[in-house]
Amino acid sequence: MGGLQVLASFDSFTLTWHYFFGQLVAGLTLGSLYALLALGYSMVYGILKLLNFAHGEVFMIGSYIGYFVLTALGGAASPDVPAVLLILLMFGAAMIGSGVLGMTVERFAYRPLRRASRIAPLISALGVSFFLQQTATLLFGSVPKQYDTFSLNNGSLFNRITIGSFAIQYMQLIVILSAGALMVALIQLVSRTQVGRAMRATSYDLEAASMMGIDVDRVIVFTFFVGSALAGAGGVMNGLIFQNVNPYIGFNAGLKAFTAAVVGGIGSIPGAMFGGLAIGVAQALATGYLSSAYQDVIVFAILVVFMLVRPSGLFGAPALQKV
Amino acid sequence: MAEPPDTPQAPGAREPSEPRIGVDEWVASSGERIQAYAGVTGRVRRGFDRIPVPLRFVALGIVVALVPVMTSNQYFLRVGVVSLIYALLALGLNVSVGLAGLLDLGYVAFYGVGAYGYAMLSSSKFGVHWPTWGALLVVLAVSVVVGFLLALPSRRLVGDYLAIVTLFFGQIFYTIAVQGYRVPLIKIHGSHDITGGPNGIADVDGFRFFGHRLTTNQAYFWASLIAVAVVFLAIHLMNESRTGRAWRALRDDPLATELMGMPVNWLKLLAIAVGAGAGALAGTINVASLHGAFPDDYSTPILITIYAMVILGGVGNLFGVVVGAVSVNVLLEVLRTPAHARWILYAVILLGLVAKLRPWKALVAVLAGTAAFGIAVHAIVAAAWPRGVHGLVSISGTDFSHGGWLGWALRHWLVLPANTYEAGNYRFFNYAFVLLIGLVLALTVVRGWARWLLLVPTLWLAAFVWETRLVEEGTGPTRFLLLGAILVVLMATRPQGLLGTHRVEIA
Repeated sequence: MGGLQVLASFDSFTLTWHYFFGQLVAGLTLGSLYALLALGYSMVYGILKLLNFAHGEVFMIGSYIGYFVLTALGGAASPDVPAVLLILLMFGAAMIGSGVLGMTVERFAYRPLRRASRIAPLISALGVSFFLQQTATLLFGSVPKQYDTFSLNNGSLFNRITIGSFAIQYMQLIVILSAGALMVALIQLVSRTQVGRAMRATSYDLEAASMMGIDVDRVIVFTFFVGSALAGAGGVMNGLIFQNVNPYIGFNAGLKAFTAAVVGGIGSIPGAMFGGLAIGVAQALATGYLSSAYQDVIVFAILVVFMLVRPSGLFGAPALQKV
Repeated sequence: MAEPPDTPQAPGAREPSEPRIGVDEWVASSGERIQAYAGVTGRVRRGFDRIPVPLRFVALGIVVALVPVMTSNQYFLRVGVVSLIYALLALGLNVSVGLAGLLDLGYVAFYGVGAYGYAMLSSSKFGVHWPTWGALLVVLAVSVVVGFLLALPSRRLVGDYLAIVTLFFGQIFYTIAVQGYRVPLIKIHGSHDITGGPNGIADVDGFRFFGHRLTTNQAYFWASLIAVAVVFLAIHLMNESRTGRAWRALRDDPLATELMGMPVNWLKLLAIAVGAGAGALAGTINVASLHGAFPDDYSTPILITIYAMVILGGVGNLFGVVVGAVSVNVLLEVLRTPAHARWILYAVILLGLVAKLRPWKALVAVLAGTAAFGIAVHAIVAAAWPRGVHGLVSISGTDFSHGGWLGWALRHWLVLPANTYEAGNYRFFNYAFVLLIGLVLALTVVRGWARWLLLVPTLWLAAFVWETRLVEEGTGPTRFLLLGAILVVLMATRPQGLLGTHRVEIA
């Protein structure tokens, strides 16, 4: 759709490198957010083979926690603490809060269903997702809460660094860098530590891991905590960039992150990161050059194409079924 | 060595409610059955069992068909029509979820395809007014094809991918319905209005069969009843056929099914497509009876509603999902009016306690404890902060706001602050609500006497939360909270729903 409109919308401005880089940077920013979310999906899927539909809602709650920390510390216009500390506190509180929420969801909605049919936890997840969304509507109202980070340090965070036709806002840089730092930390955690090794073992074969003396329940709880904490950080980033939060952001972000996890290869950590960035960039370019109203349709098309051409994703191994 | 635990024991030695592998359910519940057939109720049940099953359904159908004759209350009839439309939707969803075990989260989009398809073919939107039969056939065919296409990319993959693709598809349908008023299809400058966007498509023709135009709610009630009966019969026959057996095999073990040489991919496509057809039929009826198609009727909350109906009724049980659909829809309707909705919570709590609390002394103790707890809290708050107990029950101008014995009792038992809608009072609600969720979660963990102790404040808090806000927002968050909770709680406690049969999972 929109083929002719595309040609019509290409004017001299949209064909500049400046415009392209602007879209690219916006896409990378959005993409690092999706990547953080996709990691949570992917890790949980890797271990439990469960699509955690409630993950998007955990992201939304994380965003609200960030907002409440911001408000409690005086708001963005006149914060009681320096901006750097403020943002760090927002991240910390949101990550811990979301992590605990994720653990609670696992404990009460998924753990009783560990031995149930394959479809039962999915339906439960759907119910949890909806329940959390409506709880947020009830507690916080459906009117968006304003982060108003634009007035932080008199708006200097939204100034641009310009190199030739390439420009990036400080805020975008903060988001991309902090997402990158979190991902590096995650990779270190998974590949270097004891609990990381337990996670890899459990995701490789849950039953065998438990026979080797790994406390599988603890590994699962830990995975949920880490994944949800990343989602909470993503929620704060979402608030920082888009300046507001409402109870319905989780659903859409969750769908995009799903797609990212599938494109990257579900269950694979580098896959989730790359998939997130790819989906973010694709969405931003689609918005910039094609149509903003139909960006979801374009992401959906990417998903369908991937399922047809390479269902195991870019980094995933083809699923072999052992009996 | 002691005998392995899975060896069949004497019948009735175990709880009859949990069949295990190796023990026949029929044998295990024999004691229960003998009991049930004794006495006067037993004689009635035996008589009922002698009636052939098809005859029971015909009788039920006739009774339901007589409803429009017995009442001319347009509101009741409209609720009836909507209930039947939901029953149709639940039957369709049951094919993919219940029979074939495929999680179709884009189901609501088929409902929408049916609705919008019919609206486009018979309204003044494009000046097209097809005869009803033609429009119905085309719409059904299109939705079945869409179902095929949707299932195609995920046909080779595990069921989870199907869930993602379909969920996304549902979202895409909604996006297109809302954004479809500026589609740049042919013209370079300017755009076409295809779906009417947020305003939807109005002025849709009603059904017209054999020269008769259906205009009243009565007519639509009968039309949807016939549709439910036909779809019910069709799905029942399909379920009893080779295809149905193959679907159930697919649901229980996809890999074994494939190795038995069954066309697994074809079966999946067929299940999605049949479900899509039923959903689209429901969409056409909805649009024709409303004379308009609006995007919000085909969005995710409706999907959750249909899922709650299917799960509550019993996945895989045709009669169960119809019962689930009707009862959930009636429940949601009752929630609209606070004065009627108020009773639901207390009735549900009482029923639950009576069913679950044994012995009866514990029941009495918990109820008395809850009453005493409330009165004590009320007395303390009244002494410390009088304004805190000056609130009235309900503000919707019903009798309860000023009188009525339930209103009177609640005023003296709960702490209802004056001016519930003052911003400050929402904070009480918020804390109480979060605390309530915590208490309910804790209740599932603790055992023994701590559970009785915890139950008392939980019940009181539930009533507080209900009265201060939830009962007033029955059309908004409350109904959806309820639906979400139904899904989670049922999955954890009774995954087979009210009327389904329990399946033993073989790992």
